[in-house]
Amino acid sequence: MDFFREISSKPWLESQVAIDDTHQGGAYTLPSVTIGLRIFLGVVTVLFSLTVVAYSDRMTLADWRPVPEPTLMWLNIVVLFASSVAMQWSVISARRGRTANVEIGMLVGGALALAFLAGQLLMVRQMNALGYFAPTNPALAFLYMLSAMHGVHLLGGLVAWGRTVMRIWGGHEAHQVRMSVELCAFYWHFLLVVWFLLFVWFSIT
Amino acid sequence: MVDVTPEKVEYVGPAEVPEVDLYHAKTWWTKYVFSQDAKVIAIQYSGTAVAIGLVGLVLSWLMRLQLGFPEFFSFISPDLYLQFVTMHGMIMVIYLLTALFLGGFGNYLIPLMVGARDMVFPFVNMVSYWVYLLAVLVLVSSFFVPGGPTGAGWTLYPPQAILSGTPGSGAGIVLMLVSLALFIIGFTMGGLNYVVTVLQARTRGMTLMRLPLTVWGIFTATVLALLAFPALFVSAIMMTLDSVLGTSFFMPAIVEFGEQLQYGGGSPVLFQHLFWFFGHPEVYIVALPAFGIVSDLLSVHARRNIFGYRMMVWAIVGIGALSFVVWAHHMYVSGMNPYFGFFFATTTLIIAVPTALKVYNWTLTLWRGDIHLTLPMLFAIAFIITFVNGGITGLFLGNVVVDVPLSDTMFVVAHFHMVMGVAPILVVFGAVYHWFPLMTGRMLNQAMGQFHFWVTFLGAYLIYFPMHYLGFVGVPRRYWEIGETNFIPESAESLNAFITVAALVVGFAQVVFIYNILTSIFKGKISERNPWKATSLEWQTTTVPPGHGNFDDELPVVYRWAYSYSVPGTVDDYTPQNVHPDDVVKIAAEQGGD
Ligand code: HEM
Ligand SMILES: [Cu+2]
Repeated sequence: MDFFREISSKPWLESQVAIDDTHQGGAYTLPSVTIGLRIFLGVVTVLFSLTVVAYSDRMTLADWRPVPEPTLMWLNIVVLFASSVAMQWSVISARRGRTANVEIGMLVGGALALAFLAGQLLMVRQMNALGYFAPTNPALAFLYMLSAMHGVHLLGGLVAWGRTVMRIWGGHEAHQVRMSVELCAFYWHFLLVVWFLLFVWFSIT
Repeated sequence: MVDVTPEKVEYVGPAEVPEVDLYHAKTWWTKYVFSQDAKVIAIQYSGTAVAIGLVGLVLSWLMRLQLGFPEFFSFISPDLYLQFVTMHGMIMVIYLLTALFLGGFGNYLIPLMVGARDMVFPFVNMVSYWVYLLAVLVLVSSFFVPGGPTGAGWTLYPPQAILSGTPGSGAGIVLMLVSLALFIIGFTMGGLNYVVTVLQARTRGMTLMRLPLTVWGIFTATVLALLAFPALFVSAIMMTLDSVLGTSFFMPAIVEFGEQLQYGGGSPVLFQHLFWFFGHPEVYIVALPAFGIVSDLLSVHARRNIFGYRMMVWAIVGIGALSFVVWAHHMYVSGMNPYFGFFFATTTLIIAVPTALKVYNWTLTLWRGDIHLTLPMLFAIAFIITFVNGGITGLFLGNVVVDVPLSDTMFVVAHFHMVMGVAPILVVFGAVYHWFPLMTGRMLNQAMGQFHFWVTFLGAYLIYFPMHYLGFVGVPRRYWEIGETNFIPESAESLNAFITVAALVVGFAQVVFIYNILTSIFKGKISERNPWKATSLEWQTTTVPPGHGNFDDELPVVYRWAYSYSVPGTVDDYTPQNVHPDDVVKIAAEQGGD
């Protein structure tokens, strides 16, 4: 749909009426859930972007000091990446109709996501043990907050993931769960990109 | 703009409209309480919004009593006064107006007007309402915690919002922030529904440019809300952390009652930026649905197509886009760089252009229209007058040099009540008188309606017009008592008393309105179908009120835009959107010409 073209049409003209009468109603051929998910991810993007803007504004103030990246952070991002790969493999299997592989991909992907979350928690505990106490260090406060925001989004994704897995266990075939698997994977990749960008951002600041 | 001159296409007959999966409730609970039907959800949203709105109304009476008769009400302490101000503002802006326009009118009207059976994600839509209700309950609970609700002003500026000198700086502010976060989560669920339904679930033949402006207004407002609420969401999280965990996102190094707090280095102005990046679009989140609805009220009750439909759509979209680049006009006194102020003053004046354009088009719609002075029309006209008034004071405030002395005075209060309080509420009333017959099959009582209209409209002027003057002479806002102040004349005191009386009278008129609604639901005159002879789809359902699934076995097919009123050459003075061109009765003599 070309939004600007559409809103410059003149609905009251005879010639336009003839065109409009053939209109099917929907703006996009994509399924509504896909569009819903994409719009939601747009909202999440705004949320994270604004937080990063706030971060960079806070950075300019006198008491700012950067935080070191513990090795665990590197490890975690590798786990999250592997989780996304597994989900993608699940998608490919679903497209090829291999239900058993879909199940394996989903289970591995979910387990790795849980491992990532556990790793993030561990990272926070390690940092605390090293004596960077959050309230006194704004960079660390942002790091904790952004990790938590990202983690909560992943947890939300795990709910959808859980429902899909239940459906597979309930006997649904690959083609029946294909859409859900695709949406899960899309969401996973999105969160991977978000965390990757945040990671880069933490490293350069 | 380019003129799209399409090629002439042979007329194509309507295709079968694919049937959507409609959820059918099986029990009483899932039918009326945990319902997934957008119409039921709309009524739940509206009922809750009005209930909490009445709390906001009572708070405003208490504030007015204190301002009008300062020595008289000893139970209203300065702390309590500030808490009233804060809760009144927040309730009215967020929990009443935003919820009512989007959750209430949006849910009821979008599926019906676009010709859909329901919202596209009915389950998510249901959860949206329950999260909203939870947000309201958390908000209400803050009245009962130790220290009471927050008294930081609806803008919740740190550092004062979480310092102990401010009432409700403990549990009160935290509950407020949690409630806001919940509201945003609930809204996002609803908002995704409204947007995707408008995009995807329109019926056959319903192009974007055939949508009634009501849908355009609500749709654009929802997009704004989806993009603006995240700013409030992050600031709520960050302030909660500052308050509960002692982080210093917004809190600078500060001494409280002689004691150095452990905060340091945070930026209060950062909060202001985030808040207003949400706050300014928020005013249009309320205004745009009102713009849309009022356009349709004017068109239906003046039996005339809306003047400049395309321009109206562009103006709605343009205002929506511009509203993201004007936020700092709320921060002229925050010590910002003068070039910054210049930039925001410029964008602020630019946004007035599409706004003024809409006002011209409304007026031109009335010009030579066949104006029926029904209640919806009266409210719509009152809206135009009030909105122009508030818009003009907005232009004053948009200029830095004029704003600096007027900032934080009653002039600002007068401005935003005219433009965001009275004007949209007048549209809400007009809309209720207009759509009540659709929702209940009965008419509201006319005599009570006339009383309600005149007292509300004239009364609102008596309240807010003098307030501009109070602002000019320097009466500050959010003050418990002016006391003896050299530069404020004594007449300000008597004016304040006068305003209070007017406010109480207007408040009473609202009680009459609620009484009218409650009695008319059961005893009102039975209305004919489509009593206003409107063209849009919500009036073309087979049953009134529309049943589950909205339309009959087949969804309507749309053949024209929503503004076919008084079309030359046709017998009826209106042609509903779904009447097949062959069924339109033409006047014999004029056949062929128009
Ligand atoms: C022509 C368009 C408008 C202009 C130029 C304008 C300008 C302004 C300015 C400059 C302020 C800041 C005053 C100050 O704090 O010193 C302000 C405040 C405000 N305006 Fe407008 N405005 C316009 C339309 C609107 C509309 C349509 C609404 C709502 C529907 C609205 C709602 C508000 C509110 C709520 C505030 C006060 C916020 C607060 O400080 O608590 N304005 N306006
Ligand atoms: Cu503004």
